[in-house]
Amino acid sequence: MADKPRSFQEIILRLQTYWASKGCAILQPYDMEVGAGTFHPATTLRALGSKPWAAAYVQPSRRPTDGRYGENPNRLQHYYQYQVLIKPSPPDMQDLYLGSLEAIGIDATLHDIRFVEDDWESPTLGAWGLGWEVWCDGMEVSQFTYFQQVGGHDCKPVSGELTYGLERLAMYVLGVDHVMDMPFNDPQTPIPLTYGDIFKQTEQEYSRWNFDVADTAVLLQHFVDAEAECQRILDAPATDPKTGAKIIMVHPAYDQCIKASHVFNLLDARGVISVTERQAYIGRVRALAKACADAFVQTEAGGAAA
Amino acid sequence: MPDLLIELFSEEIPARMQTRAADDLRKLVTDGLVEAGLTYAGAAAFSTPRRLTLSIEGLTAESKAVREERKGPKVGAPDQAIEGFLRGAGVAREDLEVRDDKKGQTYFAVIEKPGRMAADIIAEVLENTVRNFPWPKSMRWGDGPLKWVRPLHSILCILSDEAGAQIVPLDVDGITSGNTTRGHRFLSPDAFTVTNFDDYEAKLKRANVVLRADERAEAIWHDATHQAFALGLEVVEDRGLLAEVAGLVEWPVVLLGRIDDAFLGLPPEVLQTSMKEHQKFFSVRNPKTGRIERFVTVANMETADNGATILAGNQKVLSARLSDAKFFWENDLRTVERQGMKAWTDQLANVTFHAKIGNKLGSQAERIERIASLSREIAPHVGAKPDLAEEAARIAKADLASEMVYEFPELQGLMGRYYAQAAGHDDGVPAACEEHYSPLGPSDDVPTGPVSVAVALADKIDTLSIFWAIDEKPTGSKDPFALRRAALGVIRLVVENRTALSIDEIINAWWKKHMSALNECYNFFVLDRPEERENEYGLDKVRVNHGMFSAFPDVDGGNEFSVLCVQTPDADKFIAENSYSLTFVKDGERVIDATQRILPSYWKADLLSFFHDRLKVFLKDKGIRHDIIDACIAMPGNDDLTLLVKRAEALAETLATDDGENLIQGFKRANNILTQAEEKDGVEYSFGADVKFAEDAAEKALFAALDAADAKIAPAMEAEDFSTAMHAMAALRAPIDAFFTDVQVNADSEILRRNRLNLLSRIRNICLSVADLTKIEG
Repeated sequence: MADKPRSFQEIILRLQTYWASKGCAILQPYDMEVGAGTFHPATTLRALGSKPWAAAYVQPSRRPTDGRYGENPNRLQHYYQYQVLIKPSPPDMQDLYLGSLEAIGIDATLHDIRFVEDDWESPTLGAWGLGWEVWCDGMEVSQFTYFQQVGGHDCKPVSGELTYGLERLAMYVLGVDHVMDMPFNDPQTPIPLTYGDIFKQTEQEYSRWNFDVADTAVLLQHFVDAEAECQRILDAPATDPKTGAKIIMVHPAYDQCIKASHVFNLLDARGVISVTERQAYIGRVRALAKACADAFVQTEAGGAAA
Repeated sequence: MPDLLIELFSEEIPARMQTRAADDLRKLVTDGLVEAGLTYAGAAAFSTPRRLTLSIEGLTAESKAVREERKGPKVGAPDQAIEGFLRGAGVAREDLEVRDDKKGQTYFAVIEKPGRMAADIIAEVLENTVRNFPWPKSMRWGDGPLKWVRPLHSILCILSDEAGAQIVPLDVDGITSGNTTRGHRFLSPDAFTVTNFDDYEAKLKRANVVLRADERAEAIWHDATHQAFALGLEVVEDRGLLAEVAGLVEWPVVLLGRIDDAFLGLPPEVLQTSMKEHQKFFSVRNPKTGRIERFVTVANMETADNGATILAGNQKVLSARLSDAKFFWENDLRTVERQGMKAWTDQLANVTFHAKIGNKLGSQAERIERIASLSREIAPHVGAKPDLAEEAARIAKADLASEMVYEFPELQGLMGRYYAQAAGHDDGVPAACEEHYSPLGPSDDVPTGPVSVAVALADKIDTLSIFWAIDEKPTGSKDPFALRRAALGVIRLVVENRTALSIDEIINAWWKKHMSALNECYNFFVLDRPEERENEYGLDKVRVNHGMFSAFPDVDGGNEFSVLCVQTPDADKFIAENSYSLTFVKDGERVIDATQRILPSYWKADLLSFFHDRLKVFLKDKGIRHDIIDACIAMPGNDDLTLLVKRAEALAETLATDDGENLIQGFKRANNILTQAEEKDGVEYSFGADVKFAEDAAEKALFAALDAADAKIAPAMEAEDFSTAMHAMAALRAPIDAFFTDVQVNADSEILRRNRLNLLSRIRNICLSVADLTKIEG
């Protein structure tokens, strides 16, 4: 039986160690605001094209509408996802995943682990896949998806994607009822810190800003600017006039797509987007994601001949 | 004869797809085998979350050899024809035989199909089945092109007889067939070999897999009810959930858990919904109090601690969810106590119901306002007090803004009832909050409380009217706003409550009340019959930026208006966005042509005929033929659906009798003779038949019979007693038949002829006063 981790960070560290031992490149979080680990180019873009890929990383994620001023035991506007992407999906992907649960102290002989149908779709990324939400004793602990399409492109080969909601998973493993009470580092250390010590105040600050203070006029302008810049970057000729090399600037363009997406989420939290406009905004972000996907498959990393 | 065993072993198959998939597997494989010339004694298919299994008994060991001759073109036919024949028959030119036929020398192809071994056929059929399986949604995985519902891992395919088992060799994109399978993912993960179906099922059970879904369901139900019974409790029956849960486990282990006392004050429906939708738990009820006190969860696992950890985990998840629910429930109750339902109705002002309708009519608040006034309008017709109907309509959707419904949308209506009670409403108003959505389908209960009926009708008629007004009608299979369901709801509410209600009158009232608001939010003109209007009025009179009636101030007395026009800053943009084609006139110049028409009279007639179409479907399900319904729709008062149904039922009943059926023949004969005579003579024979010109006994008898029928039918129709009227009509059958047998209508005497034609017209008039029998087929 696996020994129990004692803190949030130990769970993260064990996942890192486990997936490293399975051959994944352990990447660092993407340095931009995203709604989910899927937005990291290591997932969105690398799921495209024919080149094999195996990466795992923690991704801080922001969902402004989920802010509850740090009061709700389970909801946060800023939280962590653990993301694994392996392409092509190996035949033992399920077993690899179950191994990761064991690594963080979930003993499969004592728990009830189930794969319950859950089709994944991201309208903003123009992506979908089939898979499950994984239940442990009735609680959803991960999303497990075989990517079929990203940015409107068929995924060939197919990537297997795992997403762990780290706070929820850790709360379960550590037996904590309120996220703010969860030990972040080892509770036996001289300076023990809880999740709340680190994030309670920021949740309050961001909740207030997200819901009531963020300047919507400025945000609307940011959206338009990001959209325009993304298109401008992709419209630039592939050949760099200075070096004479073919340099398609997919990642800079994709950054703008990420930015537009996050600005949209902020606007949504401010309640200034009506139901109909919502669809239109999502469509605009999707158009950017699709344009980036189209460009990525023209690059070497995207599998195009160098 | 050998038996065949097939197992397709994969990652977890969605529960909702398993039963259908097992059926499809059985059908596709057996059909394929039979088509290839094999026969079998029996076949059965099974499913678990990880496998589809097919067992076929008594399969023939090989297919018989087949010899087939095909006649081809004549010798000397164009090469093209001969090539085509060769391709179709699959033979080479030198294999053709030339024989003498009636038309001369002709090519014949003799196709010899040798018998094939069952294994070869099975391999081919199974590969085909796997590659073309009709999953509702399928996927690729890894780097292969194969599609399955989730990654397919192995194929077991064996033929077995007394001599032993033999693998049917097969390779689908690298998945080769074998004679092994695996047991439960955690309890018995090792592979094992099997020799036939009985061996397979027994070994699976030893490996903690119950193959049969019904056996799993039965075991779950048995264990759950026993555990509950031991505590003096009962499990709330839920067949759908039982089937789903049986599809989520291979080795069901039933665990009975406790719901924390803190949550027992929640409405039982909240507990049930939360547990079922999110956790797939069964509710366990105390039969003495009716309260939900425990839950049953079904694990897929046996553990050393007898499920203690699993149960504790599930209880914890449930507590987290119910804490949310309790928090919402208490917040909502506090809100209601402080401010009544008004707090929420105010909030709905900002919620968009449908954006295309515009800000004015498109918000929930406006919609509620409309439903409230329509409820008042309808109330007297359904025996409700207008004040109560309006009161109910105003709060019926308030719960949409409550925290509980935001979190659990499926509780809409039900929470409305609880909150309306808490807010002090009474007299059928809380029930109307819950029931005004009903009926939701053909089998859903129809509310009977007058207040509920009034609001339910108003809600649906408003929805239909507004979507008709903006031309968002259902087309083909597309009905995103469930308008067909709404119309069926109106029909069932009216008909099943035997309510006399003129739909036309109600729609009129709706329209009159809202036309100016529609005018304000519509930035366009809608013209009826634009070509005619153009000639009649000249389109130059139409101006953008005019009010509704200013374009044609004199048209139709203002009630039936022909133009709906409002201000638009940008006509082109509006048209582009709304895909209407309209006529706009600016400063005396026509800028865009109109083809689209949504005039109230057109619009209303169209909506009414939509009701009639749905009514036909509704009555057809009750066994009433469409021509009978058509015969009744053609009569006046067809917007009173109860009347219409009563008429149709009486007519169907009458036509089912011998007299009724024959009367139709008599009526048609009379009508045909009359129509021909009227065409020939250029006159209408409508009255003036006089018994004093009657010569024949049968003729006199018909006069008497018609008089008698008249005396009965007129008052019966007056009283809407269709059954009596139609019986009286059917009684005419014998005298009419006798008349046609004994009497020559086209007599030599013109006086007699005319008198008889006028007599026939009495038959026609009487019959047509009951229903339009010309529409009856046969």
